Amino acid sequence: MDVLDVAVRVAAVFVAFLLLPLLVGQLEHKVMAHMQGRVGPMHAGGFHGWAQLVADGVKFVQKEDTVPEGADRRVFQLAPALALIPYLIVVVAIPLGPGGAVGQVVDAGIFFVLAVLGVGILGSLMGGWASANKYSLLGALRTAAQLMAYELPLLLAAASVAMAAGTLSLTGILAAFEWWWIPWQLIGAFVFFTAGLAELQRPPFDAPIAPEEIIFGAYTEYSGLRFAFFLLAEYAGIVVISALTAVLFLGGWHGPFSDTLGWLWMLLKTAALSFVVIWARVAWPRLRADQIQSFAWTVLVPLALAQLALTGVITVVIS
Amino acid sequence: MNLLEVIFLLVSVVVLGAAVLCVTSRRLVRAALWLVVALGGIAAQYLLLTAEFVAWVQVLIYLGSVVVLLLFGLMLTKAPIGPSPDADSGNRPVALTVAGASAVALVVLVADAFRGEVIDLDAPHGRSEAIGQSLFTHWVLPFEALSVLLLAALIGAVVVSRERR
Repeated sequence: MDVLDVAVRVAAVFVAFLLLPLLVGQLEHKVMAHMQGRVGPMHAGGFHGWAQLVADGVKFVQKEDTVPEGADRRVFQLAPALALIPYLIVVVAIPLGPGGAVGQVVDAGIFFVLAVLGVGILGSLMGGWASANKYSLLGALRTAAQLMAYELPLLLAAASVAMAAGTLSLTGILAAFEWWWIPWQLIGAFVFFTAGLAELQRPPFDAPIAPEEIIFGAYTEYSGLRFAFFLLAEYAGIVVISALTAVLFLGGWHGPFSDTLGWLWMLLKTAALSFVVIWARVAWPRLRADQIQSFAWTVLVPLALAQLALTGVITVVIS
Repeated sequence: MNLLEVIFLLVSVVVLGAAVLCVTSRRLVRAALWLVVALGGIAAQYLLLTAEFVAWVQVLIYLGSVVVLLLFGLMLTKAPIGPSPDADSGNRPVALTVAGASAVALVVLVADAFRGEVIDLDAPHGRSEAIGQSLFTHWVLPFEALSVLLLAALIGAVVVSRERR
């Protein structure tokens, strides 16, 4: 692997990381506006208000970056970076197309991705605690409880695919993929996507940031660029969870003419799943914190275990 | 001394420093965050020793779960922003002795067990397939014993947390 190759890969991952979350953000503006029968921001930039996101970015940069007086300064300022960087690292391992179109092949790819994603939780916890604000602390507590609960079904559903493919590598899983895996792993796909939604604290699992109860949870005291980092982490999370669901359960780059159009299939599947994430926000009311917990432990974990048993039986029968 | 060894030593210094800060800091949550640095540094060392799978398990279990659980517990009980004056206990000399003794015992044990062993860094050792093979053939008995231990802990937790009628 020469220096140029590495540089190109790093640059590609970085561009994808900067561009895709913004596209999802723009998609969210537009999809929510249409689903709720309103126009939304239409003026900035001319065509359908495409520059609204740029304007928002400029607004965030201009705002004053405040730190509450009683806060733990260092931890408070470090938290947004810790929330955002894991998503950047994870993008490296997600395959885009066949034949090595991936930032870096990681041997234990699923493990790597889920492990690094888990670290991002620390950002919300640190921010919530260091804000010296009761609402922030409550938000951080809900975040921690929710993420601990949904980590298990997420891992179990991913383990099911790894068992089916006989490898932990994301590229290896795609190489072994067959079309009938989609119905076979359907329960696992539901569990993984739902648990992913909960890990991102997206509606209907957004009790940790419920504005009507605890202002904005762990992010209440943040302003300016640091607040924008938390928002960016959320959109990057949508991209990562959608891309992972596409890779693990929908065959990633597999599709007609996948030799040349593989990357397009992968992007289309990711975009479709991102659309579903946004749709869920408009369609469902928020679950209570205790309902979120019982949904994880009494619905998702048993479903994931059932999928694991099904995968095991069929893998043994066909091998 | 090649570049890898230098990096390994630097990471070791970071791990050691973070570990010392973790036990000396009077701010409880900061101590937990220093623990994050120490455990993350150990994951980086596994990576440098080509034990890829073990490194990701370290990140997943220790950074993603154990420390989060620790922070959760701290926030549920008491976690003031400033220093806690009562963070030190009177057991300091005893704790220091026990920690020193266990460190010496571990170092002697590991040095004796792996005397003269050299890790060939050119061939990766931490591949998940190789680890799975040895775990479920050679080491299957300790693996099963550990799973029974964990099950016992799980049942114990359920029993302890049940409401008494």
